[in-house]
Amino acid sequence: MFRRTRDGGVRVSISAGEAQLLRTLVVPVMQLLTDDRGRTNAAPGPGRDEAGRGEPGRGEAGSDEPGSDEAGVFDELERMFDDREPETPEDPVLARLLPDAYRDDPKAAGEFRRYTESSLREAKKYFAQTLLDTLPANGGRVELTGDQARDWMRALNDVRLSFGVRLEVTEDFEEQLAALDPEDPKFAAFEVYGWLGAVQESLVQALAR
Amino acid sequence: MSVAPAEVDQPRSADETVPDKPWVTIVWNDPVNLMSYVTYVFEHVFGYPRRKAEKLMLDVHQKGKAVVASGAREAMEHNVEVLHGYGLWATVRQD
Repeated sequence: MFRRTRDGGVRVSISAGEAQLLRTLVVPVMQLLTDDRGRTNAAPGPGRDEAGRGEPGRGEAGSDEPGSDEAGVFDELERMFDDREPETPEDPVLARLLPDAYRDDPKAAGEFRRYTESSLREAKKYFAQTLLDTLPANGGRVELTGDQARDWMRALNDVRLSFGVRLEVTEDFEEQLAALDPEDPKFAAFEVYGWLGAVQESLVQALAR
Repeated sequence: MSVAPAEVDQPRSADETVPDKPWVTIVWNDPVNLMSYVTYVFEHVFGYPRRKAEKLMLDVHQKGKAVVASGAREAMEHNVEVLHGYGLWATVRQD
């Protein structure tokens, strides 16, 4: 599949179906990373406030417009002056994509998260965007620089992590797949997961040469 | 994107105390990350030779976790951020 190029990048030929599948898989991960609803208490969003700390009117600001720079600056400021530490995301996939940096120290984990989570989200979205930008819509030849290849690798990995969490994949993935009834709705997802692993493996082998 | 920390390749042993290097970066096993991928990340992020990267990967895989670097807290936190970018399950701890 992937082959190393002389300038330290890789190249690969992708079918239209593969290109479409990759796009279909990467986009929701990007959306999940953009969406703040996986959060517990970082900047309480509209309708998410169990403790009743929400300010009326905040809802209108709309977390649906992450593109607004102004909102971004104010969100950033709010985070800086908010002395509550953000907690691990409730969504198990987000919690895996944005894990705690301190295992037994929630305070240190929260502090680390406060200063790094948004940049980690941005970085992951950037990797996914590289993949989407370099993916020919109808398939074909893809040539990636080394940096782009590593972005692909990370974007693919985030998709695999998402599947892994949702499907509760274990190290005995092959046995899990073998035990599934092909009629089981999970079967196709397991197959996609397996395919993603093969794509990533090929990319790693090409880069690691 | 990935900057190799200046000093990460410190020898360690259980009873060794290095006063100015009390923090460690730990990588935990998880069922999703490919062994080849984890090895590549250790090589690329830390600049470790292949054999060392493979040894650390196998430690993660077989023992459930491995200390992959030690040094100043800030450097370890930077490592963790980079490793999280790669989807590895990494944490910081004072040794």
